Amino acid sequence: MALGTNGTSTGTWQVKVGLAQMLKGGVIMDVVTAEHAKIAEDAGACAVMALERVPSDIRAAGGVARMSDPDIILRIMDTVTIPVMAKCRIGHFAEARVLEALGVDYIDESEVLTPADEANHVWKHDFKVPFVCGCRELGEAVRRIAEGAAMIRTKGEAGTGNVVEAVRHMRAVNSGVRKVQGMSNEELMAEAKTIGAPLDILLEVKRLGRLPVVNFAAGGLATPSDAALMMHLGCDGVFVGSGIFKSSDPDLRARAIVKAVTHYQDWGIVAEASKGLGEPMPGLDVRTLKPEQLLAVRGW
Amino acid sequence: MTTSASAPGQTPTPITWTIAARQAPPAVAGGQVGVLALQGDFLEHAIVLKQLGVRTPEVRKAEELEALDGLIIPGGESTTMAILMDTWGLRDAICRRARQGMAVWGSCAGMILIASSLRDDRPKPLGLMNIRVARNAFGRQVDSFEADLQVAPLGGRPFHAVFIRAPLILEVGEGVEILARLEDETPVAARQGKLLATAFHPELTDDFRFHQYFVDIAKGVR
Repeated sequence: MALGTNGTSTGTWQVKVGLAQMLKGGVIMDVVTAEHAKIAEDAGACAVMALERVPSDIRAAGGVARMSDPDIILRIMDTVTIPVMAKCRIGHFAEARVLEALGVDYIDESEVLTPADEANHVWKHDFKVPFVCGCRELGEAVRRIAEGAAMIRTKGEAGTGNVVEAVRHMRAVNSGVRKVQGMSNEELMAEAKTIGAPLDILLEVKRLGRLPVVNFAAGGLATPSDAALMMHLGCDGVFVGSGIFKSSDPDLRARAIVKAVTHYQDWGIVAEASKGLGEPMPGLDVRTLKPEQLLAVRGW
Repeated sequence: MTTSASAPGQTPTPITWTIAARQAPPAVAGGQVGVLALQGDFLEHAIVLKQLGVRTPEVRKAEELEALDGLIIPGGESTTMAILMDTWGLRDAICRRARQGMAVWGSCAGMILIASSLRDDRPKPLGLMNIRVARNAFGRQVDSFEADLQVAPLGGRPFHAVFIRAPLILEVGEGVEILARLEDETPVAARQGKLLATAFHPELTDDFRFHQYFVDIAKGVR
């Protein structure tokens, strides 16, 4: 937290969580060029994730995946007026500082990039810029919030076009929340020990009946129905990574997914939005991936 | 049915009545204040209104505007919301209902959308309120801030305001009353008849005075 002009305070927890609240009910799209970013904004994206490669290309390229070239990020920031997010490696606080210095609006400390620290995540409270982090279940979500993540997303399995892992992770968080809601405080202390999550945030989860920050779905969404499915599972909005710009008609698909998220409760509209979109991105069966190819197991 | 303990001869009171009442507070006479639910923090507004006992439909289609006395255009991304208003035919419908006397409150992105003109060339605003607005006027997210404001119609206690990638009011035209300013005199809240604009997010705090003020405007009692 710091003092700004007008006798005000900047970088507070409230404004970090608050920006994520402004993204609710929206679609955040991965983009690799300024042209992509423009297509995403015009299609109704509420934010973009600026990258050098989309996750499916990161998968294909192999090797070490790092923070994107600042040039690409800055070009995208110059092109759109919606918030711009960018990814740093897990635990790579220097990449995070660079992204903060560039002025990005949100940092995704992401398992899609090769982790820089296999034991520790970034201590995110020290930053003025807010962070979003991935999770597979309630304990992981709460650990990231305790480190200062102001927004949570499911990890899913990025770059597969297969929604199964995102569903698994969202259901695990939901079921963890319901379990906590039914517990007495002394049982909650035992649960905190079991799932490795700080008690004070679990008490907040119990009080609110949900995570205390915004929770988006991510990792493998490729169709309007995928997006509607995740909204019905209780997420606040969705990330679509490779699913848009690896499909045959990105503009049409981007608009269709936005429609499906706004009107996820109206199946007629989701059906209409799903028509004639051309080929979705090629999908991967997660069970055929080797253990070293799985991204969701990175971080803890 | 589970019942509470009661003396013989008295009618037992079902416990579920209390629970039902807590989940759905009775509607207050004077009607409905809807929240535009295309994108953004519409649920945060709806939760506050429910606590004030106001019926709060979510609005995603033009026909859902018909029964409303007031509409809140919430915080969110103004570019996104403008695109979605056009996609779903809400632009003309909101303007028509506002002309018929529906009160409209724009918070943050909503203030951008109800303005008559913007410093930027997009999005295209609804042109309801006689104000000129600059988007992202304080910088990017790292410049988002909180501040205490004196707001005349809300009484003496300061209002704690949360500004997120916030807009500001550059100029006001005829009939517009400025309700609050930052310390450097920048206007950040204004009213014109049944139109209300705030550059900040009262829905993110537990101070409900702005929501009560708007409900009163919608009911025609302020």
